[in-house]
Amino acid sequence: MPRDERPRLSRRAWITTTSGVIAAGLVKTQSDAIKLVAQEAPSDPTKVPGRLVSELGTRAPAEQPKRLVRAQALSSSSRTPLADLMGTITPADLHFERHHAGIPDIQFEDHELLIHGMVERPMVFRMPDLMRYPQVSRIRFLECSGNGGGVYNRERMPTEVTVQALDGLLSTSEWTGVAVSTLLREVGVRPGASWILAEGGDSAVMSRSVPLDKVMEDSILAYGQNGERIRPEQGYPLRLFNPGYEGNTSVKWLRRIEVTDQPTHTRDETSKYTDPLGDGTVRQFSLVMDAKSVITFPSYPYVLPDPGWWEIRGLAWSGRGRITRVEVSTDGGRSWVDAALQGPILDKSTVRFRHLFDWNGRDTVILSRATDETGYVQPTVEQLWEARGTRTSYHQNHQRAWRIARTGEVTFGLGELV
Amino acid sequence: MRALAAGLCATIALLGACTEGDRTAAGAAAAPGEVAMAGTPEGIPSHAPARFGFGSEASDARVAMWDIDVRPDGEGLPAGSGSVAQGRDVYNVHCVACHGPTGTEGPNDRLVDSEQWDDVPGTRTVGNYWPYATTLYDYIRKAMPQLTPGILSHDQVYAVIAYILWMNEIVPEDAVMDAETLPAVVMPARDKFVVDDRVGGAGIVR
Ligand code: HEC
Repeated sequence: MPRDERPRLSRRAWITTTSGVIAAGLVKTQSDAIKLVAQEAPSDPTKVPGRLVSELGTRAPAEQPKRLVRAQALSSSSRTPLADLMGTITPADLHFERHHAGIPDIQFEDHELLIHGMVERPMVFRMPDLMRYPQVSRIRFLECSGNGGGVYNRERMPTEVTVQALDGLLSTSEWTGVAVSTLLREVGVRPGASWILAEGGDSAVMSRSVPLDKVMEDSILAYGQNGERIRPEQGYPLRLFNPGYEGNTSVKWLRRIEVTDQPTHTRDETSKYTDPLGDGTVRQFSLVMDAKSVITFPSYPYVLPDPGWWEIRGLAWSGRGRITRVEVSTDGGRSWVDAALQGPILDKSTVRFRHLFDWNGRDTVILSRATDETGYVQPTVEQLWEARGTRTSYHQNHQRAWRIARTGEVTFGLGELV
Repeated sequence: MRALAAGLCATIALLGACTEGDRTAAGAAAAPGEVAMAGTPEGIPSHAPARFGFGSEASDARVAMWDIDVRPDGEGLPAGSGSVAQGRDVYNVHCVACHGPTGTEGPNDRLVDSEQWDDVPGTRTVGNYWPYATTLYDYIRKAMPQLTPGILSHDQVYAVIAYILWMNEIVPEDAVMDAETLPAVVMPARDKFVVDDRVGGAGIVR
């Protein structure tokens, strides 16, 4: 509810109602009285007692960030409201979703993980088994490689589009679970193995091949997210989590890992999640998410009410390691300045960047560009077009732009630059 | 609790690690035929045993029950077979509503386009984009028909694949698909696929 539409009750009216109820004998205990008081927003909260403790907290009534749902279908997605968030951690109930056959209902007690293939001892693990293994926690981003795909098309470059609609298939959590390497050590990997196949227990039986080196390096079987058990839409009770890799490989509702000596070439690594490069070839197993940044404020549909000091804020991340630098341009890319990075800067996690900007009230375009520890610089859209042609829809990590009009209105501004 | 402890001891005994003396430090030499892992994996302290024994061994039958993926070399394909004609019937009962009478009308993914491409694909379908025919088996068996996955018999899956490949002008009308013929189908787009060459680094855009 917008702030100015909140019901107001004058103190006098409040006393009248309350005493009426009290007179009617409806308030029997102090707790009844406090409950009654709390139902009605008093004009001066220092003059009335507040609400009691509760078993489960809720957001302030006026603060209701929501995921953006485009289509109600079994194979669909919802997007994180990036512009509503602060810092780097995404509240678990706002973490983006992408399912290919809906969210299965799986019981913790029933779930089993089978690990087999090129191993010495094929094994089945139940959740209590997995939770008994040494535990690890990692703060990491997860991004769908289709994130931002919609803004790439030269023919239909939108202007009235939110950062949530554009890039909301990005979230960051603290993921807790058991390192994949711990379990592969347990089952004993045979020589010659080079890939795994990870398979979900949803009705799409989502299947992806992942290089063995990768999962040995830093992948986890996650059962926890931001301090609680993973949510059903994030793969409850168990998901694979491959830091820095395209989200689809972090198979949810994980029920099987087969250790193999070759990729399986499943539908979601051939028909989908591949990149036709414009020269007759198709790039396959483009797994790492390259460095990227987005300005989350100011962004559409925000309207800057007046010129003067404004803080440009955003997020930067790289699937290849740490972010080392984020630059911001407030003149359409002609000049760049270093933004301040909020530490700690973690491996394969989002970093909050900020830049204080004295807006002179004129029309301008603002951009950000990230650099990661490999030295890779987030490219311009033309550079990506040059390298990959114009028909690729995944891995659109090019620089984003916002146009600030004289009126203070902010719109997506990439079209201004190409 | 006692039952749990006993069960656990049995598991551990099975793995031959019941006595203190059997416990080896992590990172110790792997058993013959295993890949030695360099050092101790992250998250495992150096005093941890070589194996914990939490979990149970999976029998061959248990593995077979879930091991349903199919690879380009044909590994994983079950016994059975199906013809284009049989596949037409399967398709018209189980698939037509979502993929259209000729596999091009939708409302869901287009399954047919035999028009090939040089630089950029117009559509990305089985006929002009999929590199391996075996992926059809892997995917349809697992995920299709979308509302009732798993209802088709092996013969029906082979048949509907034969029909889809025929609609895409990849196999002739008298084709029969089985564990031998399906991996032998050469898909038109197979050689277009190249492995990711992005590496990060300064001055590189790929
Ligand atoms: C209720 C609707 C529905 C029915 C019935 C259905 N499908 Fe599908 N099919 C879909 C949807 C939706 C997708 C896309 C799923 C996704 O992207 O995750 C799909 C995708 C596919 C694909 C992958 C297409 C591509 O190029 O990636 C194939 C192949 C396929 N279906 C085959 C079949 C076959 C064969 C049948 C019948 C046995 C069938 N489908 C029945 C809805 C359906």
